[in-house]
Amino acid sequence: MAVRPAETGPPPKTHYLNAGYGIKSWLLTTDHKRIAILYLISVTFFFAIGGLMAVLIRMELATPEGDLFQSDTYNRLFTMHGIMMIFFFLIPSIPAVLGNFLVPIMVGARDLAFPRLNLMSWYIFNLGGLFTIWALLHGGVDTGWTFYTPYSTRYANSHVIATGLGIFIAGFSSILTGLNFVVTIHRMRAPGLTWFRLPLFIWAMYATSLIIILGTPVLAVTLLLLVAERLFRIGIFDASLGGDPLLFQHLFWFYSHPAVYIMILPAMGVVSEIVPAFARKKIFGYRFIAYSSLGLAVLSFLVWAHHMFVAGMSIYAAAVFSALSMLVAVPSAVKVFNWTATLYQGSVSWETPMLYALGFIGLFTMGGLTGVMLASLGIDVHVHDTYFIIAHFHYIMVGGAIMGYLGGLHYWWPKITGKLYPRFWSRISAMVIFIGFNVTFFPQFILGYLGMPRRYHVYPPEFQVLNVMSSAGATILGVGYLIPLIYFIWSMRYGPHASENPWGVVGLEWETTSPPPTDNFEETPVVTTGPYEYPQAGEVAGVL
Amino acid sequence: MFENAPLFPERASAIARQVDHLFLFALGGAAFFSILIAVLIFYLGIRYRRRSPSEVGRPPAEHSRSTTILEATWSLVPLGLLTILFVWGARLYFVIARPPANASELQVIGKQWMWKIQHPEGNREINELHVPVGRPIRLTLTSEDVIHSFFLPEFRIKTDVLPGRYSSLWFEADRIGTYHLFCAQYCGAEHSRMTGRVVVMEPHDYQSWLAGEKRGRPPAESGAALFVSKACVTCHRPDTAARAPVLTGLFGRRVALQDGRSIVADEGYIRESILNPQAKIVAGYQPIMPTFQGQVGEEELLQLIDYVKTLKPQGGS
Amino acid sequence: MSSEAAAAAAARHATTAPAHQFDSTAQQRETASLGMWVFLVTEMMFFGGLFLAYVVYRAAYPRAFVLGSHELDIVLGTTNTAVLIASSLTMALAVRSAQLGRRRGLVTFLVLTMILGSVFLGIKAYEYHHKYVEGFVPGPYFHYVGAEEPHVRIFFCLYFGLTGLHALHMIIGVGVLAVMLVMGARGRFGPNYYNPIECSGLYWHFVDIVWIFLFPLLYLVGRHT
Repeated sequence: MAVRPAETGPPPKTHYLNAGYGIKSWLLTTDHKRIAILYLISVTFFFAIGGLMAVLIRMELATPEGDLFQSDTYNRLFTMHGIMMIFFFLIPSIPAVLGNFLVPIMVGARDLAFPRLNLMSWYIFNLGGLFTIWALLHGGVDTGWTFYTPYSTRYANSHVIATGLGIFIAGFSSILTGLNFVVTIHRMRAPGLTWFRLPLFIWAMYATSLIIILGTPVLAVTLLLLVAERLFRIGIFDASLGGDPLLFQHLFWFYSHPAVYIMILPAMGVVSEIVPAFARKKIFGYRFIAYSSLGLAVLSFLVWAHHMFVAGMSIYAAAVFSALSMLVAVPSAVKVFNWTATLYQGSVSWETPMLYALGFIGLFTMGGLTGVMLASLGIDVHVHDTYFIIAHFHYIMVGGAIMGYLGGLHYWWPKITGKLYPRFWSRISAMVIFIGFNVTFFPQFILGYLGMPRRYHVYPPEFQVLNVMSSAGATILGVGYLIPLIYFIWSMRYGPHASENPWGVVGLEWETTSPPPTDNFEETPVVTTGPYEYPQAGEVAGVL
Repeated sequence: MFENAPLFPERASAIARQVDHLFLFALGGAAFFSILIAVLIFYLGIRYRRRSPSEVGRPPAEHSRSTTILEATWSLVPLGLLTILFVWGARLYFVIARPPANASELQVIGKQWMWKIQHPEGNREINELHVPVGRPIRLTLTSEDVIHSFFLPEFRIKTDVLPGRYSSLWFEADRIGTYHLFCAQYCGAEHSRMTGRVVVMEPHDYQSWLAGEKRGRPPAESGAALFVSKACVTCHRPDTAARAPVLTGLFGRRVALQDGRSIVADEGYIRESILNPQAKIVAGYQPIMPTFQGQVGEEELLQLIDYVKTLKPQGGS
Repeated sequence: MSSEAAAAAAARHATTAPAHQFDSTAQQRETASLGMWVFLVTEMMFFGGLFLAYVVYRAAYPRAFVLGSHELDIVLGTTNTAVLIASSLTMALAVRSAQLGRRRGLVTFLVLTMILGSVFLGIKAYEYHHKYVEGFVPGPYFHYVGAEEPHVRIFFCLYFGLTGLHALHMIIGVGVLAVMLVMGARGRFGPNYYNPIECSGLYWHFVDIVWIFLFPLLYLVGRHT
């Protein structure tokens, strides 16, 4: 395959991948980079399961009748799809894979603050996954990923407890990762690396970790109460025993709304790295982007009840949450404008990571703007619990977070593996994914406004055309996801060796070998400038 | 505009029209900004595309006044538009939440996986709701089991329907037709099939339909019978006013409670007072009312409430 | 070996090199402390969910909470509060002993803390048993006769949830102190390295503070009348 000269170089003699061989050197590693790879394998596995559920769902929805699956089976499919994708793919993906790999390197440290805790985090994650897979193999759970009571506590005939415990356990893995990142960023920065010299990916991981630390424990205790209610009928969420099913919703969404920012902030951090890199220009509005990450972390905790506008809340409380939900859109808007402005007078390269980053900006903008539609009470009454909502969150989660994840993988793959992947196929798959995604999910906005409720596998025949379009798009999207899987694996064996800095960009991670040594740097770097300081034209020797 | 377009639902009420206007405003704004960003990305990305492998970009101006103004502009302009969206949406929401005073009162009970509708004249329906055009209809809804949601897309309204409490929904159909009714809150295996129709008829057709159906007793009458058979009348009588509050004129009135609070006597208050009388003791009374938990079902509760609603003071309207 | 010589040898061993990701023992110590503080924040939010449920239900059913609270044994609750506060004192003294390199003091105070913690757990176990016999454990055998029945059940859900979660944390705390005890008895700690004791102390004090909130919220509702 054709590569440009400065991209390739001889591999370093020793690096973290050949520092030790054998299964024990991987399963007992405390090297954050190896743990990142372990997580990569785990999350890809869970993504495949969730993806399989999606394929089956879209197959069923191609026809208005329930002719592929029984109702009960379909309900278990969409529940497992949501649980796998949210808790076992989206929440861990960027933090546990890219974050684990990059946070120590970007702050100039040899490892995270607590490497053994990091390894334990991976084992806990897989234990949680094991509980959930066990539940899946024994029939799954049919409550929806939201577990609303009293259906989940008194009526569901499925493995609610095993799944709830699986998520509970995986939550601890998330908390420990967040804890590790916060402490590392505070205490392990290299000499000269002040807060406002940190790359924006680190700001994003810091803000994400704050949300993880504050929000996940609330989900944990909520799941425990759910399990206790189901096992012992303690009555805390049961109206007939004096409890309140709405309290479950409040407790659940108190975590689950900030959770969506756990899923999107890291992707925004990735985009904040890719855009200046592939414009070879300092990002526009660095401080604004950093502050908006923190602002999102704070505001994300104040809007949870916008999931409950028709649930039976006071209309005045609803108005307060609607106003706050409008407010939370502003920091995201600031970021979108700043990223776009960075392109002005840049040297823009349309390499694959940039394709993903620019795709993210467009699709996240669309998803976010439909979000403010939902924040408007008069609109939400109509579209709540319809396919409009499904389209909205898939634009953000798939068009946003997953494209951010893929963009990051494509950007840092040469650093992580020391190999280059085929440029042609990577660009093709980026475009296939973009097209497939839009064909899948745009029709769902229309379906939702027309009134098709969510979690329906049987629907009025007039909704079929749009559903068939969506299913066709899903096929394209599925193919689009398979292609990178193939060439990434191919590249590990057959790809050309990457140089230290194949993209010709600045950043601490590009000042060490590809792949890096176990201790990340030959010597601890000393930082004297901010991030994204590109040399003036004419001084490019140092860059390439 | 947009009547019967294949991509847009029908409008069966004035509120539906208002919701659509709000939606189109928001959609316009969303489309504008999405297209703006997309165009900017393509324009800037192509205009400033890299022309040689070693080319770098020009760094942005440092913290100048113009960058701050730019940041302020693209923070405050969206905030302004969002404020409009908020205010408009909240006002519409409040209208959706407040039924007009002259609405006909119907009762809806949702259970896995059907809707039971009760007309005040005594007619009962399953999964169908016949209403006359041009008359505001108010629904009081409750669930017998899990949380459901009563969704009328052509009217652009829905409410979750909960066990153990009442929700309320109102609409006024302004065109004849048959419209969808969906359950919009996942409620178990046959959630997708918990659907029905709303049939909007001319007023005289509606009267014919009312008379023609085999109807049961009007709920208020059943409630009156229950009031006697469950012995409520033993205490809630004018000549035993010291023992229990008299219920004439109670519905909709403000009630002073023993702990100092004052609340409006609505459907939920009456239901709670029957099932858990100790929760809210009326000021000046002893907590001696026994609970009827387990002795009255959801339908009977609604009938009793309907009966209490009919207890208006003499000479009053 | 005489005890002074043994102590001196122990103090020499107590100077450990920092783990490889750290540049100095000072950085390691500060990092570990920050880690423990962040962990305690997550614990606050963990209890926070239950506190939120408490606030919501108490605001909705104040009388049920008064009735439920009056069923709890205030003497035992107050005793437990005193026991825990005393255990925080002994824990602080244990940390001080480690700072000063006093191995015997460290061991003594750790043992005292563990004893007091166990006394707390014993009293709690007794209270739980009593509630079980009276039929106040929410579940199929819950049995409360009187006004406000359904909501007194909610009070007991929160009582068992909050104190149960707290007791679980106490048990873990006693376990952690046991490990510290073994290490301390072997002379692992001294003025140059006492960070694990300090972090254990932070954890212990946190668990104590949670109880300081639980005690009035559960035992003292409506007791001023």
